[in-house]
Amino acid sequence: MKLIATIAWTHVRYRARQTLVAIAGVMTGVGFSIMMAAMMEGSQDDFIRTLVDALPHISVTDELREPNRQPADISYAAAEFHGLTPEVRRPGIKNPMATIASLQTWVPGTLTPSVQSKAVLRFAGRNITISIIGIDPRTEADVSNLPNHMRQGSLHSLYRSSNAILLGDRLAAKIGARVNSHITLTSAEGVNMSATVVGTFHSGFRMTDETTGYVLLKTAQVLEKQTGVVNEIRVRTRDPMGARLISERIGEQTGYRSISWQEAQEDLLSAITLRNVLMYTIVGAILLVASFGTYNIISTITHEKTRDIAILKSLGFRDQTIRAIFILEALLVGFVGAALGWIFGYLLTRGLASLEFKTPFSDYNHLPVIYSVKHYLLATAVALLSSLVAGYFPARAAARLHPVDIIRGAT
Amino acid sequence: MSAPLIEARRVTKTLAGVVPVTLVRDIDLAIMPREFIAITGPSGSGKSSLLYLLGLLDLPTSGDVLIDGRSTTAMTEDERAEVRLARLGFVFQFHFLLPEFSITENVALPMRAQGRLSPRAITARAEELLGSLGLGDHRRKTPDQLSGGQRQRVAVARALANDPPVILADEPTGSLDSVSTAQVFGILRDLVALDGKTVVAVTHDLNLAAQMHRRIHVVDGQVQKEAVAAADGVAS
Repeated sequence: MKLIATIAWTHVRYRARQTLVAIAGVMTGVGFSIMMAAMMEGSQDDFIRTLVDALPHISVTDELREPNRQPADISYAAAEFHGLTPEVRRPGIKNPMATIASLQTWVPGTLTPSVQSKAVLRFAGRNITISIIGIDPRTEADVSNLPNHMRQGSLHSLYRSSNAILLGDRLAAKIGARVNSHITLTSAEGVNMSATVVGTFHSGFRMTDETTGYVLLKTAQVLEKQTGVVNEIRVRTRDPMGARLISERIGEQTGYRSISWQEAQEDLLSAITLRNVLMYTIVGAILLVASFGTYNIISTITHEKTRDIAILKSLGFRDQTIRAIFILEALLVGFVGAALGWIFGYLLTRGLASLEFKTPFSDYNHLPVIYSVKHYLLATAVALLSSLVAGYFPARAAARLHPVDIIRGAT
Repeated sequence: MSAPLIEARRVTKTLAGVVPVTLVRDIDLAIMPREFIAITGPSGSGKSSLLYLLGLLDLPTSGDVLIDGRSTTAMTEDERAEVRLARLGFVFQFHFLLPEFSITENVALPMRAQGRLSPRAITARAEELLGSLGLGDHRRKTPDQLSGGQRQRVAVARALANDPPVILADEPTGSLDSVSTAQVFGILRDLVALDGKTVVAVTHDLNLAAQMHRRIHVVDGQVQKEAVAAADGVAS
């Protein structure tokens, strides 16, 4: 092995310029692959983290898994009536506190009731439709990051006055409301209510910050004209990735529609998967192009070294030894290129992470990147594999050379 | 009576093609220990082809080459390489040394490929061989720092590295001046006379051939005549 390594090293060392070009090719490929992977996976992780932070991991709503059967359907096995007014079902989750207590016995995480409502907000002559979320300030911190998003006031400010409301900072700015401003809310049920702004929050998501207001549960219930109603139970699980399974079990137990954050964002997560496929295809293509450089140098060396190969074979070197020499040369190029690519990739990633971007959709102004050993190992593995393949064909051709043909040609 | 080191039995080599070309035809030959043999003949007569067949660098189209009494026709390429490494040494018209390596490293190559000696012992033997051929002062030089004659002596040292019983030389003095020719020829002669080696050399030089034990004259791929040296050592 030492002899093979000596010959291989001597060959690449004596073609320093070509070897350096090939190494630079691999280095660039590995470097950019690492940077791309760091950026793509970083943004993906950041996106999911934000999603997981911003949304309840599981949302149990008052929609039933099966629609309510109408009285006529219950009374008659096969009947069709026209013009009947369907029975109105009282909205909300039945016995919400008992349901929560029951779920709390086994769900690994925390639960809180809430009321989702819509209302038209009126202030200073402006009318804006907003989402009203009725919450329990004592348990809200267990299921969301709202306390951390508060800019003015706190969740407990909701107790400060009757009909208190927390507004998204963009919404407040849009209508010109400040803390202690009095606004008017009109719900879909026709309830008119005067409310006091007691704080503002900033989630970082434009849509949320422009269109959402938080009130106490009972305030939302008044707007919905349903005393004691709870139309959503929000759950934060200890392991966000396990939310799907827990959600299914909750759905089975309660009969209500239970949606995990993965299910709610299925389209986005599918897009991420597609994006990953694209990313790894591009990364593979970059490394494939880099391997052409390796193929080129090894081909050149074998071409230049046909006479030496003939001599080595005439001395008694085996085909596999000749093959091993040139494959090792390719691997040397691949490994040195990959090692330099680690440094290059790290620096590129650092550089990319330091760049500032402004986006109208969120507050994040730096590209989120992650530094993962997995990216480095993966890029190295692909680079070495490409180098191996790039070196194998010229090596095989070299091993197949017939020494007599070369010696005859030389003499 | 000792057994032949190399034996050719009805060896024929034909190159396939639109018009097949027969390089060597039905040659029977036995090479005994301690022989100093010249293969002569006009250009294109097949003398080098015969040497390559005897040295297992080429496969006969028909017939068989036996090394130490062992048939080589059915051998795998690896087995043939093993025989070349251990039993045969080659010297070509052009030195064919690896230009990036020092001459000591060049001489060490066959020993390193065989892997029987320690690195220290390999270097010691390579230097000893170079010293015995008058190249002791040049051992760290690369081939391009030596004269043609010196390079050819390095090639001889490399052929001797694994101490093979047979040295096959293809025009070993063909590209040398008269002084270097005399030196290299003297070395080959001493290998036979002093070290008990067998040397088979293809040569155009009839004066050199006349100084060898046996002369095999090849014409059109066939042995036209064989001459054995007289008591004064001159082949007639």
